[in-house]
This record gives sequence, C-alpha cells and structure tokens, in this order.
Amino acid sequence: MKQFLSFVRKEFRHVLRDRRVLLILFGMPVVQVLLFGFALSNEIKNTKIVIVDYAKDQASQQITNKIGASRYFEIEKNLLTHEQLLSSFRKGDIKEAVIFPAKFAEDLQHNKEAQIQIITDASDLNASNQIVSYLTNIIQDYEAQQNQLQQVPYRIIPQTRMLYNPELKGAPNFVPGVMALVLLLVCVLMTAVAIVKEKETGTMEVLLVSPMKPWTIIISKAVPYLILSLLDLIFILLLSVFVLDVPVEGNLVLLLAESTLFITTCLMLGILISIQTSSQQVAMLISLIGMLMPAMMLGGFMFPIENMPYPLQLISNIIPSKWYYIIVKNVMIKGTGFLAVWKETLVLIIITLVLFLVSLKNFKIRLE
Amino acid sequence: MRTLRILLQKEVRQIFRNKIILRIATIMPIMQFIILPLAANFEIKNINLVIVDHDHSVDSRKLLSDLTSSGYFRLIGYGNTFGQAYKSIETDKADVVLEIPNGFERNLVREGSQEIYIAFNAINGTKAGLGAGYLRTIIARYNKDLIVKLSPSMKSAQELGINVVPLPWFNSRGYYKLSLIPGILGMLVTLLSGFLTALNIVKEKEVGTIEQINVSPIRKRDFILAKLIPFWVLANVVFTIGLILSYFLYGIVSEGNLLVLYVFVAVYLLAILGFGLLVSTYSETQQQSMFIMFFFVMIFILLAGLFTPIESMAHWAQLITKLNPLAYLITVIRMVMLKGSGFKDILPELEIVALMAVVLNMWAVLNYKKKV
Repeated sequence: MKQFLSFVRKEFRHVLRDRRVLLILFGMPVVQVLLFGFALSNEIKNTKIVIVDYAKDQASQQITNKIGASRYFEIEKNLLTHEQLLSSFRKGDIKEAVIFPAKFAEDLQHNKEAQIQIITDASDLNASNQIVSYLTNIIQDYEAQQNQLQQVPYRIIPQTRMLYNPELKGAPNFVPGVMALVLLLVCVLMTAVAIVKEKETGTMEVLLVSPMKPWTIIISKAVPYLILSLLDLIFILLLSVFVLDVPVEGNLVLLLAESTLFITTCLMLGILISIQTSSQQVAMLISLIGMLMPAMMLGGFMFPIENMPYPLQLISNIIPSKWYYIIVKNVMIKGTGFLAVWKETLVLIIITLVLFLVSLKNFKIRLE
Repeated sequence: MRTLRILLQKEVRQIFRNKIILRIATIMPIMQFIILPLAANFEIKNINLVIVDHDHSVDSRKLLSDLTSSGYFRLIGYGNTFGQAYKSIETDKADVVLEIPNGFERNLVREGSQEIYIAFNAINGTKAGLGAGYLRTIIARYNKDLIVKLSPSMKSAQELGINVVPLPWFNSRGYYKLSLIPGILGMLVTLLSGFLTALNIVKEKEVGTIEQINVSPIRKRDFILAKLIPFWVLANVVFTIGLILSYFLYGIVSEGNLLVLYVFVAVYLLAILGFGLLVSTYSETQQQSMFIMFFFVMIFILLAGLFTPIESMAHWAQLITKLNPLAYLITVIRMVMLKGSGFKDILPELEIVALMAVVLNMWAVLNYKKKV
C-alpha cells in the first residue's frame, strides 16, 4: 500500500509539473461546456426572412405582421424575381423567403383557399425544416383566428405541456451531451500518453525492474487524472447550474458517483490505447482522429440513435459517452433516481472491467 | 529552391517511413467517412406515443387513427392513467403522452369544444417542437373533418384554408445525407491535417533534431514550407477520395463546378495547416500541442454550422464563427455542391480564408525561432 501511494505521488508530480498541460486540462472542458452550452441550439430566433408580397393586400399584410411579431423572425421586404431569388440564395445572402402570390386575399375570400409558398435553403436541411414548421404554425394560427371570427362550432383544443424544458432551449440536451463528449476525449487523451511516454523516454525500464505489479502501475497512472477530472467535473456542474441555468434536478451524490465511474471508463480506455501503441504520436492521433467524430456522431446527443441503421446502433453501444449521456440526462435533467439508470451503469461497469483486464493482459513486462 | 526540394524529400520520407501514422492519417478518416454518414439523420419520425383514452368513443378513436396514420407518430402503448403514462416518458420509452378525457365525444357535441392534454418530453427541444407542430397540423385537420361530420350545413367550404407550400430549394427531396455528408468530409480532412501538422515541428523539438535544422543555413520559410506541402498534398488526396466515395456510396453529385471547390479547399488547407504549425511552434511537448489543437478543433467543429445552424447561435457565438475557418469551408462546400454557386459567389469567403492562410503562416514563420 505504501509502495502504491508513493507511486501515485510520483505520478501526481509528473502531472502537476507541466503547468501548460494542466492549464489546458482545467481550462478546456470548462470553456467548452460554457461555449457550447450557450452556442449550440436548434432554436430559430431572429432569423432574417424575405417576404415577397405580390398581393399587397390586407390578408398578406396581416400574415406578414404576424410573422414579424413573433420572436423567431425578422422581416425584410423585397420584391424579387425568381432569378434574383436564386442568385441571392446562391450567394448565401438569404436563406428563406415567403411568397404571397398575386390576389392572395381575393382567392381567400372567394375561393376560400389560397397559397403561400415558403422557399428555404435546404442545403442546411435541419434549419430549413425548422423554419417551415415555425412558419406553418404561424400561418395556421392566423387561419384559426380568421375562422374563429366566423364562429366555428366544433373543435378540440390541445393543451400542450413541454416537460423538463418548457422553453424548448438547446441547453438541457446539449449540456449533458457536450459534458460526455468533452470528458471522454480529455480523459482518454490524458492517459493515452501516460504509458507510451515512459516507453518512448526510456523510463519504462525503471518501472519494469521495480517490484511494482502491472495493475498497480496502471491504477496509479489513472488516479491523479481521476482526481483532476473530478475537479473539472465539479467546475462544469457549477457552471451549468449558475451560468447555463441547467440545474441538477436529481441526486447530486448519484451524479458524482456515476461521473466517477464514467471518468474511470475513459481513463481505462486511454490506458489501453497507451499500452497498445508504440509512440505518443500514434497514441494521440488514435485518440483524437479516431474518436472525435465517432463519439460526437454516435454519442446520441447530436443524432437520434433510433434513426440509425441497425448495425450503427450496435456500434454506438461501445461508445461510453452514449451511456453517460443517458445517465446525465436522467439524473441531472429529469431528476430520476438510480433505478432509472441501473442498466446504463451496469454497462459502464462492464466496459470498464473489460478495458482494465485487456490492458492488464497486454501489459508487456519485458522490453522489446 | 534546392534546399526546399531536399527538405521536402526528407519530410516525405519521414511520412512514408512511419506506416502506422500514414494509415491513421488516411485509412482512419476514410473508414469513418464510409460509416459515419449513415448516422447523419435528423429526421423526426416515429415519435413514440402513449395514449390515455378515458373516452373510448368513435371520435376519440378517429383522433388516434389520424395520429398514427400520419407517419410521424408511433403508438407504443395505452396507459390507464396519466401518471402511468408519465412513467413511460420518465424511462425514455415514450416521447409524448396524449390524454383524452372522459366525456370527450359528449362535450364536443354539446358544448362545441373539448380540451385534450398533451405532454412532450422536451429535453430535446427540436424534437418536441417539431412533434408539437405535426400534432397541431393533424388536430387542425381533425377539426375540419369534425365540422363536416357534425354540421354539414356549415361545411368546410365556409372555412378559410391556406395552403402552405414548402419549397426546399437545392435539396428538394429533403435528403439529410446530402445536406450533411459534404460537410462531414470537410471536418475529417480538417481533423487529419490539423492534428498531423500540430505534432510535426514539436516532435523535432522533443526528439532534439530541431537543433540540427537550427544550426544549418536553412531559411525559416523553407523549413515551414517543407513541413506544410506534404500534408497539403495528403489532405487533398483524402478529400478527393472522399468526393469519389460520396458519389459511389451516396450518389452525391456536385451541382457546381468542382474546380471552384478545389480552389477553395486548396487555400483553406493552407490556413488549417498554418494554424497547426503555429500551435506546434508555440508548444514544447507533443502532448501540449495536441491538447491545444484539440481545444480549437472542437470549437471549429461544433461552431461550424454543420450540425446546428449558425443562425441559431447566440450573437457572440456567431461572432466567433467569423473567425472559424471550418465554418467557411462548410458554407462553401454547401454552396458549391448543393446550390451550384460559382466562383463569384464564393469570392467573399475565399478572400477571408486566404487572409487567414497568409496571417497564420506568416505568424508561424515569425514565431519559429532558430534558437534552442
């Protein structure tokens, strides 16, 4: 035990010596969670929208005003021809336009039916779909108002409640997602160099001739980073509660315990990479080029996993951040207890154990 | 010129000698490019619905069949009470619970209106927002049918109907892959070129070979160029392979002239490589260099406007995207490949990225001091 502790102390010194890395370790997750917590959202707000009004009648005016009055859109009136529209879209000057055909109100009055065209730049399909949905809602509202004036006899009125996130903000979804992603990458990157660096600089020999067992070497490498990451996590949580307005609804102790588990998983993954590789360069490139995009795209917070083809859903299961994201979403946002996340917890424990055992098995006690 | 050629020879040899790095730099991004786009789908369908129907009437059943036949909602179960159905939201089984109160049909006929209660799991605000929109459209249609049924004299002809015709230009089939894949390719190329160059100079520092360069009469400019060019070529090769793959795997054909895109990518890569070298000159160890680069690359990627639109970001975040070279790449890739924009259209973006390339590379050259 004493041996182990002195070994941990040595590792701590190593970590604390490189001030620059330490600064980045601390600063990076904090800045990123803050930045992305604020920046990432799919909300539509103050989107510039061009109104091409060929009708210029009362109805088209009313709808235009209604669109302008919502907090989602800022109106820009412009009479553009099809060619002008196309070239402005190509330049990227405008992203959406609403077109009222001529005689709009007249059609509405006499034929009881009229058409509004919404042109969107679907090269960004996500934004495009959102805009169409928001505009449709506004127009339907107008329609309903007009119809109400004419005394509609029968209708059902939906009373909609948005649970957990009444204002439909981006943060409750993105904060857990970014937390999982950033912790995963930082933790893996930290330990990925831990052992391979000793190999590269030659100090591995000293470790191997010492009476330390491989498992103590592995664990003592992970301990300092575990403590640092937990401090990081506490910073992140404080920020998300006090700055991002995403409170911890559930049990804080449970959240911290689950986070400790997840961080351990990531550190073990880093150590496995470190043991398997031959140079720092390879270790770091594998952890970053190899993991950044898959963890982001298959982690569940960017793209819904149930939309993916089945083989990809299977692959997503081995990404630890997916499970942690689900856990954080439940414990932090919904406020559910351990019973709701025991399956995810179990999966993380199994992944951690497998990583640890594989690392141990591949740990070479001889020099090559 | 001769020094540059010899230096280039050295760099190329070093790259090709290390087969593992070469594999990581080429095969790994390409593998990811084959697999990851399959995940790129924001489409909101199959919103899981749990129904609590206290009425069990003809009208309530019609509402249910309207909902499930719309294709957006998937009925996954019935709850006896709202509380029971709520549990299924808590456990992530359901996305929305709809409660039809007792006396639904009777009240509709007698009083003319009736409320129903809907609760969305709104953690993912986008999904909930779109789902609520679909729901409202379906209910509006249901209301119209209701009038026709209950009072034929009023007839729906009395009702105003505004047809909203969405015209999604440049991607009329609403194909998410088309909107995302070219951008994913841009990201992968950025990742590999950024990380590789960030490691490059600092490795010479760590291993100590930089001293030999420093004492030689090699000019700083030549040294930096020799570091830059091989990776520039490598990144272009990967980009080209990616374009070919996106044609064969996903049938994506560029609307615009690919030459325009290549001109932009050529300049863009100079900017990213310059940034990598700059980070490399500032760092003392490979670890430092990678951490710094990782910090920036994450920001580049998440604030590029590919996964979440730039317009949706907070104002100050939008200002940051103005300094993000990847945001320009994503914009231009979409402009050229989807919208068929020409050289003139992308000129403003090209100018900014060219300016970035010049500044970053000059900075890297200036910051590389031939001292130990």
